[in-house]
Amino acid sequence: MQTPEDHELSRRGVLVGGAASVAAVTLVPTATPAGAASAPAVPPTAEVAFKVNGTAHSLELDTRVSLLDALREHLHLTGTKKGCDHGQCGACTVIVDGRRINSCLALAVMHDGDEITTIEGLGTPDRMHAMQEAFVVHDGYQCGYCTPGQICSAVAVLDEIKAGIPSHVTADLTLAPAVTNMEIRERMSGNICRCGAYPNIVAAISDVAGVKA
Amino acid sequence: MKFDTPATTNPIDQLKVVGKPTNRIEGPLKTTGTAPYAYEHQDFAATQAYGYVVGSAIAKGKIASMNLDEAKAAPGVLAIVTAANAGKLGKGDFNNATLLGGPGIEHYHQAVALVVAGSFEQARAAASLVRVEYTRDKGAYDLSATVGTAGKAPVLYGNQPDTAVGDFASAFAAAPVQLDARYSTPDHAHAMMEPHASIASWEGDKLTVWTSNQMIAWSAGDVAKTLGLPKENVRLLSPYVGGGFGGKLYVRADAILAALGAKATKRPVKVALQRPLMMNNTPHRPATIQRIRLGATPDGKLTAIGHESWSGDLNAAKPEGAVAQTRLLYAGANRMTAMRIAALDLAEGNDMRAPGEAPGMMALEVAMDEMAEKLGLDPVQFRILNDTQVDPEAPSRPFTQRQLNKCLQMGAEKFGWSKRGKPASTRDGKWLVGMGVAAAFRNNLNANSAARVRLSSAGIVTVETDMTDIGTGSYTIIAQTAAEMMGVPLDNVVVKLGDSSFPVSSGSGGQWGANSSTAGVYAACVKLREAAAQKLGLNPADAVFADGKVKVGRRSFALGDAAKDGELVAEDRIEFGKLAEEKQQSTFGAHFVEVGVDSATGEVRIRRMLAVCAAGRILNPKAARSQVIGGMTMGAGAALMEELAVDKRFGFFVNHDLAGYEVPVHADIPYQEVIFLDETDPNTSPMKAKGVGELGICGVAAAVANAVYNATGARVRSYPITLDKFIDKLPEMT
Repeated sequence: MQTPEDHELSRRGVLVGGAASVAAVTLVPTATPAGAASAPAVPPTAEVAFKVNGTAHSLELDTRVSLLDALREHLHLTGTKKGCDHGQCGACTVIVDGRRINSCLALAVMHDGDEITTIEGLGTPDRMHAMQEAFVVHDGYQCGYCTPGQICSAVAVLDEIKAGIPSHVTADLTLAPAVTNMEIRERMSGNICRCGAYPNIVAAISDVAGVKA
Repeated sequence: MKFDTPATTNPIDQLKVVGKPTNRIEGPLKTTGTAPYAYEHQDFAATQAYGYVVGSAIAKGKIASMNLDEAKAAPGVLAIVTAANAGKLGKGDFNNATLLGGPGIEHYHQAVALVVAGSFEQARAAASLVRVEYTRDKGAYDLSATVGTAGKAPVLYGNQPDTAVGDFASAFAAAPVQLDARYSTPDHAHAMMEPHASIASWEGDKLTVWTSNQMIAWSAGDVAKTLGLPKENVRLLSPYVGGGFGGKLYVRADAILAALGAKATKRPVKVALQRPLMMNNTPHRPATIQRIRLGATPDGKLTAIGHESWSGDLNAAKPEGAVAQTRLLYAGANRMTAMRIAALDLAEGNDMRAPGEAPGMMALEVAMDEMAEKLGLDPVQFRILNDTQVDPEAPSRPFTQRQLNKCLQMGAEKFGWSKRGKPASTRDGKWLVGMGVAAAFRNNLNANSAARVRLSSAGIVTVETDMTDIGTGSYTIIAQTAAEMMGVPLDNVVVKLGDSSFPVSSGSGGQWGANSSTAGVYAACVKLREAAAQKLGLNPADAVFADGKVKVGRRSFALGDAAKDGELVAEDRIEFGKLAEEKQQSTFGAHFVEVGVDSATGEVRIRRMLAVCAAGRILNPKAARSQVIGGMTMGAGAALMEELAVDKRFGFFVNHDLAGYEVPVHADIPYQEVIFLDETDPNTSPMKAKGVGELGICGVAAAVANAVYNATGARVRSYPITLDKFIDKLPEMT
């Protein structure tokens, strides 16, 4: 089990391990100090109401449920993907009140009253969003697992640029940022594609934005 | 259908559908989030329980005791599976370490328990209450410490641990120009985006597992073997795979633990390996240390080629075959290779995209660059000078096709290679700019592959095969093949993949999938054509299948008419004979890379990439290009950032998640150009195709390394090429 103590292989553990590599190790987690006695028989739940893709939902959820798992496991909207569950890969990107977020890093109960758009809300196989169509035409994916996150990010990126929000590569903060190759690549860098479809994704986004890749 | 003589003209050669840059047929599903991956099947949503894996906190030793009391008492917990209560488990043919450890521990993060609860949150919380006491044993974790003592590697895919032709030692000693250099490549993680995930459900003693796996038949067999079931009692389904790269060739703990959890709870159980667990729990590409010796005449002819590789594995089971390409790539009368392997107690090493060639080319193609410089030759010219059209170890055995020189020449011209300057001589503002080249080489492998095809009265052709699509484009090229063969539009073809109840295919691995699996579909379609023609009273040999019709002379029927009395079904398998022994089947290419290196900080930025590939008939240029740029991107990662950092005291990969193990992101990858040479190879199959999925990664990292050298004048022989390794060697700031 991965526990805080595990990482304390640093310092004291290093010295122990360095001196004698055969040693008895006991790993005691600290997460719940008093153990079963203090654990409630039923985990606390809370009611949360939000709109997903225009539909109102009211859920009674374990307060530990992430927004990602609320979508996938409770609303069965599995288009949003769990790649790492730690905010490292971007596969879980959804759009909340117009801004993209990693839904694995948000608890569902934090989003009471919010309007959430997932990949399913952008379009369907028969009525694709322009960005979804562009991904198909430019082959902006391979295995498809990061794709919903890439597309949600891409839609939000173009809105961010339109809204004048600068990025790390925006040279002049007094001017409106432009849709350029580097602006797209910088802003999309939170969405990993291990299949390596990056130039095709940039081509798809550029196509939708009406600029040359 | 036996394939033991080169293909002649066949319906695929019409190229009405095959060879076109068709959009992926499953694209609308993937881009709208409606393609179901393993963890997402809804059949059991009402009754399923959730499993959370507990991984070992030591690398080698024993579980002294486990206390499950608190975990069992935690809310929602239904069962806890451990080796102590799982019953007798076997080990799969393709596994090295067991998938459920205990009491013995074979590697860090080896699964030691599965906590099953009513919700994911409950399972996760209870998993943190599993108390494990370990006794740690001394283990071996440092590859570099084993060089010199490592033993001969076992035979790997037909490659002997030692090979020799001529007299390498004398020829190298006598060579007027010599290179003797050592290189190292680190452990790599597949880091596919979809974690290993499975949902398991029992009906009596029959097990169904929705999983994420590249090789359905192998893995159904290994699930059965591990659980002690007859193979026919196991059904595996893997219609969508969120990336594999070799990491999903074999059964992993998610499938076995889900099955055990489902058995213990009598409910369907789903398990996804937690991302921070994956890199120590599952296989990785093993690190290598390589020594390359080249001897040449002053005018640049290689006379001696020697390549030795050291790698490690759990139980010294499987070497990284980094010397494989060196046996075939360049001419030279005197040659040797050697593979040595050490027992290491890290998680098992195994195949990752282009196993052998990917790390092997990272060394060999830098050595070629170094030798070219010693000789005062252009590295493109040096490679062309040492081309061979025959197997250098067996000159009576020619390559079926070998257009390496053309790839190099065309690439040099397209890339503007003639503008490449001397090392550390080209500047663009603060950037030191350099270009690098490397050959790309990967053998073409074929594997027997079967398919079933169905024809409905509406003229719809349905293909069923256990082939997988791991992002490779299998759905689409199989549909293109069936459409071409049966003379129907692509929209009239339905493709069903990744189900162990379907005929056994080649599966996805070793870049054999595209050519092999489509050849299997070709074989089945030949039978369906015969059946359809006979049903319509036509001579199969004369029947023309086109435009949804079957015609002989002036007689013409709708294709669906052949099925109006009931569906027509045909099944066949392509069986590859000995053609690959008579002539060498390989794929070739040339990679060109331009980098900028910050003259002050040493930061490396890739500016341009080009690959020119010769890989037989390209079945779908759009999907094939994506495969190649994907390889180029993974190669860029191998060159500049990817490294599983080993804690050599405690024996684990420290950076075991996607924050610590860095892979290329959008900002790292510029526009990538790919050119395919026009080529068909009748020796490979009726499709006349070869693999491209692994060719793309072979050589890329060396081209980046050579470009960094050209930019800076600093040669780094230890991957990844991070700035700390050369910042002190950068040219003086002016």
